[in-house]
Amino acid sequence: MNALALGVARARYETRVYFRQGDTILFTFLFPIIMLTIFSVAFSSAGNIGTLPDGSGGIAPAAFYLPGMIAAGILLSGVQNLAVDIAVERGDGTLKRLAGTPLPVVSYFIGKLGQVFATSILQIVLLIAIAHFAFGVELPTDPAKWATFVWIYALGMITSAVLGIALSRVPRSGKSATAVIIPIVLVLQFISGVYLQFSMLPVWLQNFASVFPLKWIAQGTRSVFLPASFETQEQGDVWNLTGVAVVLGIWLVVGAVAALVTFRWIRKDS
Amino acid sequence: MTPTTQDHVIVRDLRKTYGSFAAVDGVSFEIRRGETFALLGPNGAGKSTTIEILEGYRGRTGGSVTVLGEDPAHAGRDWRARLGMVLQSSGESGNVTVREQVAHFARLYPNPRGVDETISAVGLTDKAGTRIKALSGGQRRRVDVALGVIGRPELLFLDEPTTGFDPEARHEFWELIRSLKREGTTILLTTHYLDEAAQLGDRAGVIAGGRLIDIGRIDEIGGQAARIPVVRWRDSSGLHEERSTTPGALVSRLHATLGDQLRDLEVVRPSLEDIYLELVAAHSPAAAALETVGAHA
Repeated sequence: MNALALGVARARYETRVYFRQGDTILFTFLFPIIMLTIFSVAFSSAGNIGTLPDGSGGIAPAAFYLPGMIAAGILLSGVQNLAVDIAVERGDGTLKRLAGTPLPVVSYFIGKLGQVFATSILQIVLLIAIAHFAFGVELPTDPAKWATFVWIYALGMITSAVLGIALSRVPRSGKSATAVIIPIVLVLQFISGVYLQFSMLPVWLQNFASVFPLKWIAQGTRSVFLPASFETQEQGDVWNLTGVAVVLGIWLVVGAVAALVTFRWIRKDS
Repeated sequence: MTPTTQDHVIVRDLRKTYGSFAAVDGVSFEIRRGETFALLGPNGAGKSTTIEILEGYRGRTGGSVTVLGEDPAHAGRDWRARLGMVLQSSGESGNVTVREQVAHFARLYPNPRGVDETISAVGLTDKAGTRIKALSGGQRRRVDVALGVIGRPELLFLDEPTTGFDPEARHEFWELIRSLKREGTTILLTTHYLDEAAQLGDRAGVIAGGRLIDIGRIDEIGGQAARIPVVRWRDSSGLHEERSTTPGALVSRLHATLGDQLRDLEVVRPSLEDIYLELVAAHSPAAAALETVGAHA
């Protein structure tokens, strides 16, 4: 069987295992959906957000938080999911066992990416469906907006996935993986405009967050799902999709190089 | 012994050092096609390091290694497709059923064994639909064995395969290994159970302190002297033990001289375990240290 077919077989296997792990389901798959629900319900009586002086342009909390939660989902499905997953597989002997079989290493990664894309697409469909049907969030009708969403999702997801693979080297053991990775991911969510409105953060914190990819993924998803009137709340008063592409592109290259340099399939210690 | 093309494993003067510590210090042996070779030795003797070098997991410091005609340090996928490995430890979370796991690994090999046939061979037919994490330690080990043999390996590495098995499971496992032997599979076995090595092995090598201290047919390990039967008996002056090549004559002489005083008589042929323990004790640093202490006392 060729490497691609084996990769597809791995993806099916990986996806099945993903949905059988209670902690992954809760902290990666359902987390943005739960947060969206909490924010939408908690702030539902606080009125619309971003209402202009003439009384127009405001949107409901659910609509305001949807793009941030989609961005968080992309980060969690890639960075948190893969960094923890691979660190655990390295710790419990799964990687070593696979390395002793004829499975090509490229098929292993096709399997991981297949799992990441399959689960995150399902996650985002659920997020959008709940926002729309449960909280009445209006979705973009312009096909160009959806086209933008597709490339931002694809670029954000692949970047997030390679960063997850690279970060899987950081925990010293499989047991410590969640304790090492979750705080990193959580802090990023707070400073990148997922839970807190980005424009309300001090400028120095905005600049710090701009170093990392999540701020740009969230900015990209906001450009798709928020009304045009919100553009002035971004840094420089523009959606800056070129900036989104450039910063994510740089992180993609950095993450891919780090993943290639640090990943060990068959361990060679001499 | 001269290595031939019939040898599936050829190890020549293998060395592996970590800093100044030599984990493996000049080990040489061959395993012939179809042979079951038991590698014995105490913990830390260099068994696992040796087997991991043969499996391709570790590099070596010196010497040459050929496994199925290739150097494990540079061998690729086609080579791994001909190998089966039951590694020493496995702690996977096991969120898949036995059948799912075995079927998935079957896909990784070009010419796998039947999934249900393999599950049956390791005695897990009743557990085929159970998630691996819900199995007992011994049952999980059988899954490891199933994954090791699913690809119809020409050479199978078994690194302490029956740790945690109850006696019944161990006997069933031996039957499984015997059937693999009958099919012509070459097997390298490490184990702490000397009866297991005696049951399954054709030849054995004993490693201590990174060196091969003995190698030979299972019934020759330790040499002829180590196999001389031991006669034990008790009389009015206490317990006695004597090695004799003619135990029958010794027993009849004891009976004639001691008469009713002769009690607890037994004639014991040293087991592989007795011989092994003697061999290892003679080569251990602790034994050397004790001798030194004794000399100064």
